Amino acid sequence: MAYERKFKIGKPILEVNNISLAFGGVKAITDTSFNVLEHEVRAIIGPNGAGKSSMLNCINGIYKPQQGTVSFRGQVVPNITPNIMAQMGLSRTFQNLALFKRMSVLDNILVGRKLHTKTNFLEVALQLPKVKKEEELNRERSEEIISFLEIEDIKNTPVGKLPYGLQKKVELGRALATDSSIILLDEPMAGMNVEEKRDMCRFILKVNDELGTTMVLIEHDMGVVMDISDRVVVLDYGKVIGDGTPDEIMANQKVIDAYLGVEH
Amino acid sequence: MKPIFMTYTKKDLINLAVCMVLSVLIIPTFIKTEYWYTSILIPWLCLALATIGQQIVMGYTGQLALGAAGFMAAGAFAMFNLILRVPDLGFVGSLIVSGLIAAAFGILFGLPSLKVRGIYLMVATLASQFFIIWMIDKFGWFKNYDSSGIITAQDIVILGKPLTTPLAMYFVCLAVTTILTLLAMNMARGSTGRNWMAVRDMDIAAESMGVSLLRTKVQAFAISAFYCGVAGALFAFCYLKSLEPVAFDIKLSFKILFMCILGGLGTINGAFIGAAFILLFPVLLNALGNNVFHGAIDATIISSIEQVIFGLLMIIFMIYEPLGMAKLWENLKQSMRSKLSSSDTKSLKSPVLKK
Repeated sequence: MAYERKFKIGKPILEVNNISLAFGGVKAITDTSFNVLEHEVRAIIGPNGAGKSSMLNCINGIYKPQQGTVSFRGQVVPNITPNIMAQMGLSRTFQNLALFKRMSVLDNILVGRKLHTKTNFLEVALQLPKVKKEEELNRERSEEIISFLEIEDIKNTPVGKLPYGLQKKVELGRALATDSSIILLDEPMAGMNVEEKRDMCRFILKVNDELGTTMVLIEHDMGVVMDISDRVVVLDYGKVIGDGTPDEIMANQKVIDAYLGVEH
Repeated sequence: MKPIFMTYTKKDLINLAVCMVLSVLIIPTFIKTEYWYTSILIPWLCLALATIGQQIVMGYTGQLALGAAGFMAAGAFAMFNLILRVPDLGFVGSLIVSGLIAAAFGILFGLPSLKVRGIYLMVATLASQFFIIWMIDKFGWFKNYDSSGIITAQDIVILGKPLTTPLAMYFVCLAVTTILTLLAMNMARGSTGRNWMAVRDMDIAAESMGVSLLRTKVQAFAISAFYCGVAGALFAFCYLKSLEPVAFDIKLSFKILFMCILGGLGTINGAFIGAAFILLFPVLLNALGNNVFHGAIDATIISSIEQVIFGLLMIIFMIYEPLGMAKLWENLKQSMRSKLSSSDTKSLKSPVLKK
């Protein structure tokens, strides 16, 4: 990429150190380590069942790995839970959409503002002036995100009624609303058509470019991955088989074997 | 629509004004029969308040809880003991503290919601129902060692004046219910309600956004129990005028659950609609039996028919309109409006609204 980046790629923001995760006897991830640098777009790829989503779930604290640690800005996070990671500034989307289906688009995105909401239920019940002020600020920010994602026309629609592609957008919006420094995207373009994919790529790059948000994404579309990511890590059977720039990955024999199959 | 005052839009304020005029001016001027106050309006307000409590925990936070009557009993007996032992607190003070005591029980019995969900949680929360009633029965202190089993409730004294007339009782219930309903609406529409609904719709995602499941669930249980506790105190002091644990048995919990489901899960106005329906329906059936069939149908048969119809309605609503009567009402208004101005509203809708 020739253009000058506003946010230069910096030090590692997230490090995964020797993580192993097993469900009973099934090993999902074995001794995996990689890092994510600040302000970069990092892709995790790999065949089905390679442990990509499990990896994100370990980083985000939904799964507890049997071994290994996750470091955030150089510090090992001792007791990872989704809540703690959110507070540290890590947000995410889910593979099978985890939106609040009966709530409107705007309300979904407003939930993303939770960590910027400091008033308690009593103050909300009484609608004290500071509640009003905070709510207005949160709404403003949410509206900004909505217009950034170009979904103004559906902002009051219950999310459950939207088509898949739009729901993916809303989920990205909710993650953006947290103002996190790093966002994990679990297959943000799955099930989308070419046009929707192009839109989504544009949004991901724009967020990365304008806000400097570090993006970690799992994606199956190789063209997309090679186009938008700065570095790629390849998982196969729960192990890292390649890690580097898109060009390096494309030349990596192990990766080619894993994707095309190889006679043993 | 933009809120004008607090979280209320212009439409809400108009609705509120209509309800207030109706309940403060029109009802007291035109309804003179005591029966309407003592047997319909007062229990309706009390049970609607308890149903709002059930709504908060079940409709908004999605936690299947059964045991509203237990918290009502806690509130009622707390009220009795507070008036008896701490007379300085006054009526309003006692009412608030009773609610807080019920809320403490709510926190205690809401804790299982962190580990179990769905039907299992329902069974776990039943413990509150049985434990609170058992506790009141077991320890004579709660009933001031009254051996008769039924204790007469003390008079309600506000600003040194004892209130005894049904109309005064009605106004007390109306005032408390109105204030708490407005507060509930503020919470439901604000960040608090969003957290509840986020936990209801997708708890893992809520947690990933920084919503603490522990805090949100326990908070919902506490607030719900507070509403039930206040409702229970009003129920005992304004409606029953006596205190007996039996009045708060599991049947009442089920009744409140039905009011919540028929009225519409996750709506505040549904609580009022559901409570009105469940209270008025037997009255209607009785009137029908007496006036149309001239007593030819036995009263026991009528009450059985009532059960059958409730059961059927529950099933029908669960299948066809899980959002209950509040949603039916909304749909009705919508269709009326679109009939009045068919071309206008259609163009306002975005195309994605259609399924």
